[in-house]
Amino acid sequence: MPKQTTGPTIVKRNKALSVSPLKASSTLGATLAFLGLHRSIPMLHGSQGCTAFGKIFFIQHFRDPMPMQTTAMDQVSTIMGGDDSVVEGLATICAKHAPALIGVPTTGLVETQGSDIRRAVRQFRERHPEYADVAVVPVSTPDYVGCLESGFNAAVKAIIEELVPKATAAGTRPGNRQRQVNVLAGSHLTVGDIEYLKDLLERFHLRPLLITDISDSLDGHLADTDFSPLTIGGTRLDELRTAGDSVATLVIGRSMKGAADALAERTGVPDYRLPHLMGLEAVDGLITILFEISAEPVPELITRQRSQLQDAMLDAHFSVGQGRFAVAADGDLLAAFSELLASMGADTVAAVAPANGPSLKHVVADEVRIGDLEDLELAARAKSAEVMICNSHGAQTAERLGIPLLRAGFPQYDLVGGYQRCWIGYQGTRQTLFDLANIMLGLEKGEIHPYRSCLKQWSDAERAA
Amino acid sequence: MSLKQKDIAALLDEPACSHNSKAKSGCAKPKPGATAGGCSFDGAQIALLPIADVAHIVHGSIACAGNSWDNRGTRSSGPTLFKLGMTTDLTEQDVIMGRGEKRLFHGIKQAIDSYQPAAVFVYNTCVPALIGDDVDAVCKAATERWGTPVVSVDAAGFYGTKNLGNRIAGETMVKQVCGGREPDPLPPGIEHDGFKVHDVSLVGEYNIAGELWRVLPLFDELGLRVLCTLSGDARFREVQTMHRSQVNMMVCSKAMINVARKLQESFGTPWFEGSFYGVNDVSQALRDFARIIGDPDLTARTEALIAREEARVDQLLEPWRQRLAGKRVLLYTGGVKSWSIVAALQDLGMTVVASGTRKSTEDDKARIRELMGEDAVLLDDGNPRALLDMCKAQKVDILIAGGRNMYTALKARMPFLDINQERDFGYAGYAGMLELARQLCLTIESPIWSAVRSAPPWATAAPSSAPPASADIALPATEPRSPSAQTSDA
Repeated sequence: MPKQTTGPTIVKRNKALSVSPLKASSTLGATLAFLGLHRSIPMLHGSQGCTAFGKIFFIQHFRDPMPMQTTAMDQVSTIMGGDDSVVEGLATICAKHAPALIGVPTTGLVETQGSDIRRAVRQFRERHPEYADVAVVPVSTPDYVGCLESGFNAAVKAIIEELVPKATAAGTRPGNRQRQVNVLAGSHLTVGDIEYLKDLLERFHLRPLLITDISDSLDGHLADTDFSPLTIGGTRLDELRTAGDSVATLVIGRSMKGAADALAERTGVPDYRLPHLMGLEAVDGLITILFEISAEPVPELITRQRSQLQDAMLDAHFSVGQGRFAVAADGDLLAAFSELLASMGADTVAAVAPANGPSLKHVVADEVRIGDLEDLELAARAKSAEVMICNSHGAQTAERLGIPLLRAGFPQYDLVGGYQRCWIGYQGTRQTLFDLANIMLGLEKGEIHPYRSCLKQWSDAERAA
Repeated sequence: MSLKQKDIAALLDEPACSHNSKAKSGCAKPKPGATAGGCSFDGAQIALLPIADVAHIVHGSIACAGNSWDNRGTRSSGPTLFKLGMTTDLTEQDVIMGRGEKRLFHGIKQAIDSYQPAAVFVYNTCVPALIGDDVDAVCKAATERWGTPVVSVDAAGFYGTKNLGNRIAGETMVKQVCGGREPDPLPPGIEHDGFKVHDVSLVGEYNIAGELWRVLPLFDELGLRVLCTLSGDARFREVQTMHRSQVNMMVCSKAMINVARKLQESFGTPWFEGSFYGVNDVSQALRDFARIIGDPDLTARTEALIAREEARVDQLLEPWRQRLAGKRVLLYTGGVKSWSIVAALQDLGMTVVASGTRKSTEDDKARIRELMGEDAVLLDDGNPRALLDMCKAQKVDILIAGGRNMYTALKARMPFLDINQERDFGYAGYAGMLELARQLCLTIESPIWSAVRSAPPWATAAPSSAPPASADIALPATEPRSPSAQTSDA
């Protein structure tokens, strides 16, 4: 398929009801970012259901306990103001669990109410000086704006603004730590993706500093202790303070622009921004950058893996080429898949994103709908899609369409281990291509069904059959 | 928010609920920073979502529906409409410009046009409740305009707990749906000499994993027509006829006790509390139906059925009892389930060392003590730390709790059985006991436990140049010692 010069038409939502929603809330995106910090706990500022639903959402995806709390807004605090609930909630968590950090993402309820979350946190500081060493990061993420992807970026930005000191104030200098590289990994990257990315940097003798690192907290490992009310891994706050000394910053995902701008502005560390890391071209871009930053030769293993991917592209192009795909995901992931498919000669014939975002205009498709899985179903049917790529919510849709589903994105509640799958890099891409090829082979395209001529000289037994 | 403070107070003040006698209200106020469990919207949705042929529209911003749809274990024998998540997915513009009502009105039309539902239920949520959308009025107007019943369920999250939401949902059904229609006539040829069909209803049975279908054949055999379950595998037209049932059974939960009470007040229907978990409880429930209906023929047939089923299941359970005998259980679940499951587990020869009683009433607790003896440990605070400490102290073989505690147990390398909403297996009825026994053995007898509790061999062995005595080698010789750990090419 020739490379597109003009972007896709972006079709905005034009119906009253969202049916089979694709969207997860921005509040949960922020929650996810906070879960990537060590000894941390997000406290959602909203009614208790906001947290209860989110907790089940993440538990079913990661199959791990999730430290999450709530300000438990009730009728009185909703009408009279929720500041006291924030102060009480923060103090309670500090007293019970002594966390390093409490993230406070807001919800639609308290934003509608007009809550000033920063003022509430200031009140907490005034009333409870004894908890001054506990970091508190509030972030505004009403669920009627954006989606998981944008909420994640908003929280990473808030974490940077709160916990990474300005170079002028802290005396940090880009390159003070010659081997340290900041990594802003967008929410489209899985735990498995981030593990791969860290390992890759280490092969170049670089030290990755993830902001934030869910691969260290939500990777599903058994810790020595049997229970923790806080995250049992993730980026440590004292390391965050050294982000200004890093030699460079890697930004993965266009949705991370806000966070990336904030980090660059505060620290002056030069950054390299990549839309995603799927497919030969994207990974080549990353390796070239690492080669440049590290000033070390590319490890032989990497070159070998690149050639393995090339071989896989040869093997897979017969079955993946001309394939017709329906993809529904947050912007960055949607763009990544559409580009990977296009690079193999396959078409993204139906593309749906839950909310607008910077990646939508880069999706390789005629049209991107901002909508739900009903929209995807209709488009997929109209365009005769052969395979669907979507989160677990797509299972019913794929069943109705009678086509196979490859699960990607949030949430994956009917798949064990979805969170640790690695999609990126030469190896991850190779596995993705193999999987796509096998799915396509399963469709038995071009299969010629037997024709039984009535004039053929059948034996009696065969004629009767 | 159209539900007034006094309405909420009235719902919390449930005379039939024994939580009522001690505190001012049945349900305690949640504490910021130390609260678990869902909101009123969650409770209302859980209570009604299993009504299969209804379009369930969540009026609100995305979190309420988007983060929660399609994650329940309830099953339908027919329509799958209830499995479609529908929401007005309010945008910032809707909130600022006050366009929520309009979007809802059109949304109802869209649902009716696209899916021809038997009815539409509209669940109010926090944001529209706060900006003052008149959901009741929109639902009334929509009903008149399009001729499909549209029911407003006003249970926004900040009204209170999940339990309150259950009650609001139940109240809404009694007030707005029950009595909408008379029951269908019986199919011909069912009733004959001495065999009379009686109409009953089950309140608070959600058909998790299809477990209702384990007991329904027994009802059919006895000539008990289940007019309606509220709400497992129910249809809207069944809920409309609930007022005609001769007896209502409150299944395993205090949550919708107001439904049973209101149906008694309005229609004089007697009710009882019971459970379908455990052989004795299933038998007791069937006996209670027969006792209250008072048809001697039914009573005789019920006793015969119980004798037959108990003998059959007793024989089938025998091999499982041998495997489970003496195993120690910590049970942490709310309300009625605690005593009802205690009985079931004892029936399998297991020892229940402690039971959670966070949501149980004094009555429930008395029953637990009666079953477990006076030194029974009753756990009021079920925080994970307390649960795990109790497991250790009591040398517990398995923790049985809700899905939320599943990973608490697993992270502590403890066998676990899920007993709540999201589970994949049905334990109700006589046949359900076999499934329960099978699942218990599956986890308790699993060969993984010693492996997942083991430390890496190189962490315990003192570094020494001497080769280890062969008897010390823990792993079979065929299994490679992980040299791969050093050469892993991620």
